[in-house]
Amino acid sequence: MTSYADYTTGEPVTDTKAPDGPIAECWDRRRFEAKLVNPANRRKHTVIVVGTGLAGGSAGATLAEQGYHVVQFCYQDSPRRAHSIAAQGGINAAKNYRNDGDSVHRLFHDTVKGGDFRARESNVHRLAQVSVEIIDQCVAQGVPFAREYGGLLDTRSFGGVQVSRTFYARGQTGQQLLLGAYQALSRQIAAGNVELHPRTEMLDLIVAGGRARGIVARDLVTGAISTHVADAVVLASGGYGNVFRLSTNAMNSNATAIWRAHRRGAHFANPCFTQIHPTCIPRTGDHQSKLTLMSESLRNDGRIWVPRAQGDRRPPNEIPEDERDYYLERIYPAFGNLVPRDIASRAAKNVCDEGRGVGPGGQGVYLDFADAIRRMGRKAVEARYGNLFDMYQRITDEDPYEVPMRIYPAVHYTMGGLWVDYDLQTTIPGLFAIGEANFSDHGANRLGASALMQGLADGYFVLPATVNDYLARNPHQEAVTAEHPAVQEAVAGTEDRLHLLLAVDGDRTPDSFHRELGELMWELCGMARTDAGLRKALERIPQIREEFWRRIKVPGSGEEFNQSLEKANRVVDYLELAELMCLDALHRTESCGGHFREESQTPDGEAARKDDTFSYAAAWEFTATGEAPVLHREDLAFEYVHPTRRSYA
Amino acid sequence: MKLTLRVWRQKNARADGAMATYEVDGVSPDMSFLEMLDVLNERLALDGEDPVAFDHDCREGICGACSLVINGDAHGPERTTTCQLHMRSFRDGDTIDVEPWRAAAFPVVKDLVVDRSALDRIIQAGGYVTAPTGSAPEAHATPVPKPVADQAFEHAECIGCGACVAACPNGAAMLFTSAKVNHLNVLPQGAPERETRVLDMVAQMDGEGFGGCTLTGECATACPKGIPLTSITRMNREWLRATRKASDR
Ligand SMILES: Cc1cc2nc3c(=O)[nH]c(=O)nc-3n(C[C@H](O)[C@H](O)[C@H](O)COP(=O)(O)OP(=O)(O)OC[C@H]3O[C@@H](n4cnc5c(N)ncnc54)[C@H](O)[C@@H]3O)c2cc1C
Ligand code: SF4
Ligand code: FES
Repeated sequence: MTSYADYTTGEPVTDTKAPDGPIAECWDRRRFEAKLVNPANRRKHTVIVVGTGLAGGSAGATLAEQGYHVVQFCYQDSPRRAHSIAAQGGINAAKNYRNDGDSVHRLFHDTVKGGDFRARESNVHRLAQVSVEIIDQCVAQGVPFAREYGGLLDTRSFGGVQVSRTFYARGQTGQQLLLGAYQALSRQIAAGNVELHPRTEMLDLIVAGGRARGIVARDLVTGAISTHVADAVVLASGGYGNVFRLSTNAMNSNATAIWRAHRRGAHFANPCFTQIHPTCIPRTGDHQSKLTLMSESLRNDGRIWVPRAQGDRRPPNEIPEDERDYYLERIYPAFGNLVPRDIASRAAKNVCDEGRGVGPGGQGVYLDFADAIRRMGRKAVEARYGNLFDMYQRITDEDPYEVPMRIYPAVHYTMGGLWVDYDLQTTIPGLFAIGEANFSDHGANRLGASALMQGLADGYFVLPATVNDYLARNPHQEAVTAEHPAVQEAVAGTEDRLHLLLAVDGDRTPDSFHRELGELMWELCGMARTDAGLRKALERIPQIREEFWRRIKVPGSGEEFNQSLEKANRVVDYLELAELMCLDALHRTESCGGHFREESQTPDGEAARKDDTFSYAAAWEFTATGEAPVLHREDLAFEYVHPTRRSYA
Repeated sequence: MKLTLRVWRQKNARADGAMATYEVDGVSPDMSFLEMLDVLNERLALDGEDPVAFDHDCREGICGACSLVINGDAHGPERTTTCQLHMRSFRDGDTIDVEPWRAAAFPVVKDLVVDRSALDRIIQAGGYVTAPTGSAPEAHATPVPKPVADQAFEHAECIGCGACVAACPNGAAMLFTSAKVNHLNVLPQGAPERETRVLDMVAQMDGEGFGGCTLTGECATACPKGIPLTSITRMNREWLRATRKASDR
């Protein structure tokens, strides 16, 4: 057996299916060239959608509106509870309502630059184009965006940009957008066009005749294993930030759907690109089960600082102005507190590493609203951020109107995901990935308010068009029944895995393994990464995995509601995905966006990209558990936004 | 802190349930209520006992999954969701009763987990605007006065947790239903379906086995999102208006 780190290099990816020609016309051309399924025949086509977040909810509703038979899944009791509900700050769109110089091209430019030149231009441009339609669609659904007194939509600015293009609904933008999609989906459920399976988890993908043809799922209430067959499968299962255990993701967000698809042949791209969000509430102790984000929009009015002196333990109000270091404003005068997330996070880590952090363990920096309250009054601050301040107070028992908030970076979002082409199709024909589950638009760093935009762009507008084309071109597929060997093999594999988890009867809980893995990943594959650290992680992970299968303890049986079993099964996949993340981080010996290799920095400590060697997306092909994967490079060409060193100074 | 928990245990929908008593030690005031249950569950799992099942996901007070009746109050003593309740609201030595939502329309799935799909079906009956993808006009074509938008927003904040139903002595779902009716009915985008929406949603609600409303107001007291009791009276007006219009026709 070769070592996992000795990966081999396979064929590069040469065709992304993006149409040639001027980038601004690509999407129109693609839509025009797409084949259509006769509306009368659409009912005969079944499309499975896994996930009911912004991406899945909008896709399921739209496909059903077009006439397809949609079978949809979520692990929650209701589609309305998908993790997207928690998004706070807002959604970007190039409406240029402010007349502040915004345009599709600028949003495209900002996203490519913000992603540190590691995203595919054609996809990003389409995202910027479609953004405009999203706002129209959501308003028509009754999404109560913030409005100005004249009755028009209000916007605000978000990190990494100099225009005001972020639409919002107080601090609950994700909730309101998701309810819009959920309501559209509900209409289709009532009409009988969507068959919904809540509390049902996808545990494997069925690939027959070289195409994605269905899934194996477990009913979380009865434990029954079922199979579902379709003409195309769409994964909208969200990101994999919970590999780190502590993150801002919902507790049950997981990587199982995409990891199982990866094991079946879907390439996994840029797994090491994770976003560490700068403004989260610091952890308080070992009992911590998740981390809470304080929306980035707070950086519009809050000022970030630490004491100038190391170990200054005075309460913040007693530290005079000239003994404070507003370090973002000092180092990055042009963007100040609004630098992109990766930069803000690393800067916070640096000042804490210097011994200037605040709060318990020195793992925090201040986010101070005193100036904002003085400038616009408490009422205005309350109107903008009231619910966030309440949430902060409830969790920390401190009043942010009186004392500055304490914040610290936390794992938040994963830019990596299943590799997809321009059509959002993975390397398995008939398998599509949308939303945070794919890798497509954010390169090495996502800008704030762009995930909601991408999820809805994919689900409402892009996927329905490309799935249509796929089904039109592949109308008559072989019948797949329960007796089909591919189905039987997938079911047997799933059942074996669950039985084994229950049979070990060891002495450690799923959470204890998750905790061990998460701490390892945070330390060695978190905000700063090194060759030595990543090699150490690659040595440890297989050991933890081996121990897992020897010592795991899952009480109860598989034929009932069993949350321990659900969790254990998710940890199995984290233990494999973590290894790939570390390998990807190890192989990419440059720093870019959220991926910071200590060996690759400028003299002033900024990320040093190596465009000559690493201007590609790394698409990994699975071989076997613990065996070296195969790397396929997709070279990235930048014809419209010329790579420069990102400068926010 | 050291606490005594009395927790409702019920193997599945068909089984009988009963309260079971557990001691939990080493509880920190900074823990959330659910983190305290995590500690209990880790211990139960190691002892080979069945951990206590409960619904939760975001743990940020927004997904509406968490749903515990604590000492008789839906979501416990503070006006927030169960997941945002912290142990500093309790005292060392307290005995705490933990039960599931109890309502005819919410059958128990296991322990503290109930089936709230009836709420989804109320939305399916009419809690939407018919606006198929691609059909939308330019967003600024219809300005919405800020007070109207704000009013819609206040109702749209409902997280669908069902605490209002659990708190109601009649097990009514009026507050939940009215929140969605009002969110959409005040907006110009919701106007074309204003009448059918309220009639269909109320009919569905009645058909799901929720109790009748006697305006006791327990729902609004328990609601973590502050949906006001006036929401119900408003919906009643909408319903009367729609009924009258229907009979005029
Ligand atoms: C606290 C927080 C705040 C955020 N704020 C913003 C913001 O202001 N602006 C912004 O643009 N982005 C924000 N983001 C990011 C953004 O919310 C997410 O990237 C986005 O919502 C992901 O949407 P999605 O549809 O891809 O997946 P999700 O919303 O995560 O949905 C995943 C769905 O898949 C289902 N699922 C998963 N696995 C399975 C399985 N195996 N079987 C069956 N079903 C499964 C789940 O049930 C769920 O329905 C925020 C993220 C967090 C954590
Ligand atoms: S009205 Fe309040 S209590 Fe009822 S479901 Fe909505 S948020 Fe929960
Ligand atoms: S767990 Fe989401 S609201 Fe409590």
